[in-house]
Amino acid sequence: MSADDDVLNSTPALSAMYRLQWEEVQQAWVLLYPEGMVKLNGSAGEIIKRLDGQKNVVALIAELEKDFETTGLQNDVLAFLDIAKQQGWVKP
Amino acid sequence: MTPTINAKEVTVGPPLWLLAEVTYACPLHCVFCYNPVDYTQHGPELTTQEWIKVLRDARAAGSVQCGFSGGEPLVRDDLEELVAEAHQLGFYTNLLTSGIGFTPERAKALKLAGLDHVQLSFQDSTRELNDFLSHTKTFALKQKAAQLIQENGWPMVLNCVIHRLNIDYIDKIIELAVDLGAEYLELANSQYYSWAQLNREGLMPSREQLQRAERVTNEYREKLGDKLRIFFVVPDYYETRPKKCMNGWGNIFLTITPDGSALPCHTAKMIKHLEFPNVKDMTVKDIWYDSKSFNHYRGDAWMKDPCRTCEEKEKDLGGCRCQALMLTGDAANADPVCDKSQHHQVVLDAVAYAQVPDTKRVEVKPLVFRDPINSRKLSSVAES
Repeated sequence: MSADDDVLNSTPALSAMYRLQWEEVQQAWVLLYPEGMVKLNGSAGEIIKRLDGQKNVVALIAELEKDFETTGLQNDVLAFLDIAKQQGWVKP
Repeated sequence: MTPTINAKEVTVGPPLWLLAEVTYACPLHCVFCYNPVDYTQHGPELTTQEWIKVLRDARAAGSVQCGFSGGEPLVRDDLEELVAEAHQLGFYTNLLTSGIGFTPERAKALKLAGLDHVQLSFQDSTRELNDFLSHTKTFALKQKAAQLIQENGWPMVLNCVIHRLNIDYIDKIIELAVDLGAEYLELANSQYYSWAQLNREGLMPSREQLQRAERVTNEYREKLGDKLRIFFVVPDYYETRPKKCMNGWGNIFLTITPDGSALPCHTAKMIKHLEFPNVKDMTVKDIWYDSKSFNHYRGDAWMKDPCRTCEEKEKDLGGCRCQALMLTGDAANADPVCDKSQHHQVVLDAVAYAQVPDTKRVEVKPLVFRDPINSRKLSSVAES
């Protein structure tokens, strides 16, 4: 199995340290953590809010493609999840 | 055709960070405290209902992080009620405490109220320096607080103010943090405002002390890896460019002092020519966007040379207004930490004095402890 396959079968979740929240004033999803905040862009917010630790990445991509009536999101989603894990926002 | 705009438009975002200084009362007497020296002369504390209005107002204006600070915020017995309100409004709630008064009952009540995070500071007020270093009474107190933090599932963030008198024991401080099960440790050098400014000569470490402390910290970082993340903050006097203080005046930080004064940072009240609004008279939104004092140092129209024409002005916005005022007499001057400032020599002199060993100092000023008696004494000196 390639590294991508491993990720596609994984069931990522938001790290316990972070809280995801919609901020009306900022019109954005944000991640809150002790004394700090990360403002997410639109697509990052859409990805993170769908993570529940149960659904695998294949299903996540399918859901996003269905909700946004598009295809070919796999590379973008994998690239974002990679960053999100490096930042510690998401656990594999 | 659009009209020509000469001045750069200043776009103001929401006050994302609300620091609620709920009281100046504190059981400690720290010589580096940043509460105003004349804190005993300030008006009465806001009531529970007044604080609740501040929280609602600030949340409506877009505040999202809320820090409960002081003084020692646990001195107020309505803290749980305020945290519950903040939580219910959607704030991420932080408690900044020395751990004194943090009982199992209060920890449980705060957890139930929805408190998200506790930052535990080391109670090193130098009066207790020996005790602190010998890990006896202080360690027992911190251990109890740390245990409550863990039991309640809060992330463990420790903060210790570093200065000339404790910096050589940085290894002991880091080991104490490890023993307490900390995940994050902030080793912040004292910044010279308020009480710390009075005590600057006694608090500023030498260059040699700093370099050693950084080296030791780096060794521990390597040894501990992800187990403990350590942040080390150097005193800005040792830099040649100033810090971007509060990330800009009236940019994201809003401090409400115990009597309801609204400030762009917790020490801004020292800038006497500005009249800071009070939450009893104005809504947070009006204070943030429309008050004169919050707009005063926004953007760069207020800047003088060398900042005005400096190509780096966006990077640090001229540094800290309070530091400029304290060290040059004018808050609109460049922060003299900057080596382009014509007043930079003041900083160099202070740094030079920090290199003189205690034993070779001719006149050693005793440390002034933050307590009500000293506060009253110093306030009357300032008035006369």
